Amino acid sequence: MRLLGLGIFALIIAVLPILFPENYYITVVGVTMFFNVILAVGLNLFMGYAGQISLGHAAFFGLGAYASAILTTKFGWNPWAAMGAGIILVWLISYLVAKPILRLKGHYLAMATLGFGIIIHIFLVQYDTLTGGPDGLSSIPELSIFGWPINTDLRWYAVSAVVMLLSILFSLNIVASKHGRALKAVHGSEVAAEMMGIDTSKVKVHIFVISAIMASITGSLFAHEQAFVSPDSCSFFFSIELVTMVVLGGMASTFGAVFGAAILTYLPEFLVVFQDFKVLIFGGILMFIMIFLPEGLFVGLCKFVSHFKQGGRQCLPS
Amino acid sequence: MRMYEQLLQYLITGITVGSAYALVGLGFAIIYNASDVVNFAQGEFVMIGAMSAIFLNAAGVPYVLSLALAIAITVAVGMALEKFAIEPARNASVVSTIIITIGASILLRGAALLIWGKDIYGLKPFTGEQTIHLGPATLLPQNLWVMGGTAISVLLVKYFFDHTTTGKAILACSYNKKAAYLVGINVKKMLLISYGLSACLGAIAGILIAPITFFTYNAGVMLGLKGFSAAILGGMGNPMGAVAGGLMLGLLESIGAGLISSGYKDAIAFIIILLVLFFKPSGLFGKSEGERV
Amino acid sequence: MYRTMTKSLLSAILSVCFMVLLTFFMTAPVQASGTIKIGSFLALTGPASFLGDPELKTLQMYVDEINQKGGVLGKKLELIYYDTSGKAKVAKDVVKRLIKKDRVDLIIGGSTSGTTLAVIDIVERERIPLISLAGSIRIIKPVKKWVFKTPHTDRMAAAKIFEDMKKRNISKVALITGNGGFDKSGRAQCLDLAPSYGIKIVADESYNNADTDMTTQLTKIRATDAEAILNFGFGKAPAIVTKNVRQLDIKLPLYQSHGVASKKFIELAGKAADGVRLPAAALIVAEQLPDNDPQKPVLLAYKKKYEAKYGPVSTFGGHAYDGLFIAVEAIERAGSVDKAKVRDEIEKTKGFVGTGGVFNMSPEDHLGLGLDAFKMVEIENGAWKLLY
Repeated sequence: MRLLGLGIFALIIAVLPILFPENYYITVVGVTMFFNVILAVGLNLFMGYAGQISLGHAAFFGLGAYASAILTTKFGWNPWAAMGAGIILVWLISYLVAKPILRLKGHYLAMATLGFGIIIHIFLVQYDTLTGGPDGLSSIPELSIFGWPINTDLRWYAVSAVVMLLSILFSLNIVASKHGRALKAVHGSEVAAEMMGIDTSKVKVHIFVISAIMASITGSLFAHEQAFVSPDSCSFFFSIELVTMVVLGGMASTFGAVFGAAILTYLPEFLVVFQDFKVLIFGGILMFIMIFLPEGLFVGLCKFVSHFKQGGRQCLPS
Repeated sequence: MRMYEQLLQYLITGITVGSAYALVGLGFAIIYNASDVVNFAQGEFVMIGAMSAIFLNAAGVPYVLSLALAIAITVAVGMALEKFAIEPARNASVVSTIIITIGASILLRGAALLIWGKDIYGLKPFTGEQTIHLGPATLLPQNLWVMGGTAISVLLVKYFFDHTTTGKAILACSYNKKAAYLVGINVKKMLLISYGLSACLGAIAGILIAPITFFTYNAGVMLGLKGFSAAILGGMGNPMGAVAGGLMLGLLESIGAGLISSGYKDAIAFIIILLVLFFKPSGLFGKSEGERV
Repeated sequence: MYRTMTKSLLSAILSVCFMVLLTFFMTAPVQASGTIKIGSFLALTGPASFLGDPELKTLQMYVDEINQKGGVLGKKLELIYYDTSGKAKVAKDVVKRLIKKDRVDLIIGGSTSGTTLAVIDIVERERIPLISLAGSIRIIKPVKKWVFKTPHTDRMAAAKIFEDMKKRNISKVALITGNGGFDKSGRAQCLDLAPSYGIKIVADESYNNADTDMTTQLTKIRATDAEAILNFGFGKAPAIVTKNVRQLDIKLPLYQSHGVASKKFIELAGKAADGVRLPAAALIVAEQLPDNDPQKPVLLAYKKKYEAKYGPVSTFGGHAYDGLFIAVEAIERAGSVDKAKVRDEIEKTKGFVGTGGVFNMSPEDHLGLGLDAFKMVEIENGAWKLLY
């Protein structure tokens, strides 16, 4: 049944560039949106389903991006090998960091992930002989699949769309599986889950690592698509944007994360028109939604719609 | 001999910068105590205090009056934050409140950008720029103001919490809101005052350091994060711990920058956060907490 | 189950409807351009804002003037600009937007070397002329087909500074630079050129451009036997360095690069700025030039117009002036906005009297200025004084 939603979504995505092949908002911004979706869906597994918080998720994205960038530009590696190396690097780091960090909860967890994210960011800025410093690395070579180079906007659209759809599918599968139920148990009450025999620590670490790897892959793809990386792509602010995407759409909902990513990708594009007011409006929207619609925009809309239908149907995630 | 000379200079820089962190950290601790909220907009209070002072002064308002008004404006902003953002969301989850205060910090920055523009500004020092020699090291009169101003503010806050009724009432709220309410304390009012006090401290930090560093609309971000680190180091919720944490952080940063590498000095604050949270989450001076099942 | 399906279906459809709606409202109709579109990406906020701000004002002022006089090739100029905050990533994004959404004919910009270097790839790939307003020599060496610039290079600045130091018998220099593209490029040029002027670099400190205190680095410098301090940077950081130098009571001569050639620097550094020497474009000392200097009339005209509207000039606004007029004259010579033709004409710029000097470009030299176009300036009592 979920797959029906996915199918319709995939259809619309496939059709749009055919209808509007020259439209900047589809071919260029669309790619950014797809990347954001993968990131949000991954983070949602950790935040929404496992009930944790991470304010440093952008760090994994950055590590993947820089691994690809550095290995291909400075050491001449094959892009796919570089991406693989990025995955391994992130796997190691997230695994090492996971155990101590995930013993923390609530505010403390938030702060620890925040600290982690910023340390990685500072490292990327400071170690400039390797990373190019604040101005980043450019001329990253293009990615190609068995000799088919991904070198136009439309090709990137197609590739990123496919990876995005796969990641959504992956997320839906995890949630429906026994891992998903274990996650929800942990979310509900860790102590209760432990008493039922679930190794909560292992569950949390696994999902943390999975979402980190998803971010790493996205980072690598991003590096080749932009042919440029800089620390600004993986700053504290970006981590906050990712958290917002997950929360905006309503946590514990894969499609909620999709929705959140879509809105948060297009909103800044729309706000560019407001130049000077952009920052103010963004902050205001964020606050407004979190204060009045904390279960997410989607659930809020759902409630709004059901007010018009008799009986006011339940709108919270199952 | 050379090393000692340099060390003294680092000490001076460290205490100056540490004082600013101490005030910001203290502000964090007060708000956390009162409302269980980690206020990411704390750094913006510093920025607003500094920018208001700069602009009022530039507009012709007498120096001392502009400082006082700047503090008043920031206090108003702090209370508004409590009234319009924190209170309506008092039952929200941890993640929600974090995002709300982050949103507030972005909003305040956006407003600052609109009101004061994108430029960089400085403030005239309180009592001039004559270099003072302290052995092989030098300082500016403003450095002394920062250290002194911080010390006085901290002592006043301590007195407030230890010896005044309002202060003790606020402490009561932080221990147990329901109980405080039941004994007749106006919890809402106490919250408002806490935020106002916190904002006041931020503004004081701002006007103390504005003559030494420059301010622009987003100067509050890093300061906020470091004050945060100070609060964690001292033990989240321990006001005097936060002050100690701030001074320690300032010294560590300064000495680390001098002896090891100046580029990575910002990382020190965050490495501290991780170390503290990994090994002693309650901080240097905090108590261990239990979790309600 | 039914609820979950409806919810996820609804969500999916909503997300995409959102995308479609936006594209309907934002779709730019492909127009037969009635205007000549000049795109610009500048550091209007952030630590480099006192570069981007006068650049924007200059561009706006002169685009208006040109339009009032009838435009170029009978069409009006349209200036489309975005703020980069001095960040390379943002520059990349907005240049992409300028090229693909706004479909500009030519780009003037990159207030900073970092932002310029980040967009060279895309400009070369999309084949659109770019006139940069940044300093690093790496922008034009090695030469790239579509990239030009108007400010003097950091290499020239280093050369000019070392020349002056040699005159004052300074042979040991402490270097302190930031972490931006211009700083790093400048530092590399300094290290490279110093030996040929008999100068030894005895200290090499660095700071982050966003830092607010450099006393630590300067304390280390104070402990060396340096005879002068060279700060290669731009934006607010050099102002802080300058203040810190005085604060630490360091009495050595202090040199800055042309990255601080703006009144804003003097404003921020205050009295500390007195005695600082730097190489700069003649614009800031226009009145002090001899009357037979070919640049003088152009400089005075720009100065008068800018100061009437906005206040004291800075060389950065001047670079924007040069960029705009080189572009406009190239378009006129090309007779069209065809990007390849305009590019060819920009490359053929000869004898253009601008604020930075007299420009003579060539296929190997996409800047066109000589070392003599730089003047050595000292700050005295809060004002610029021409030395030579």
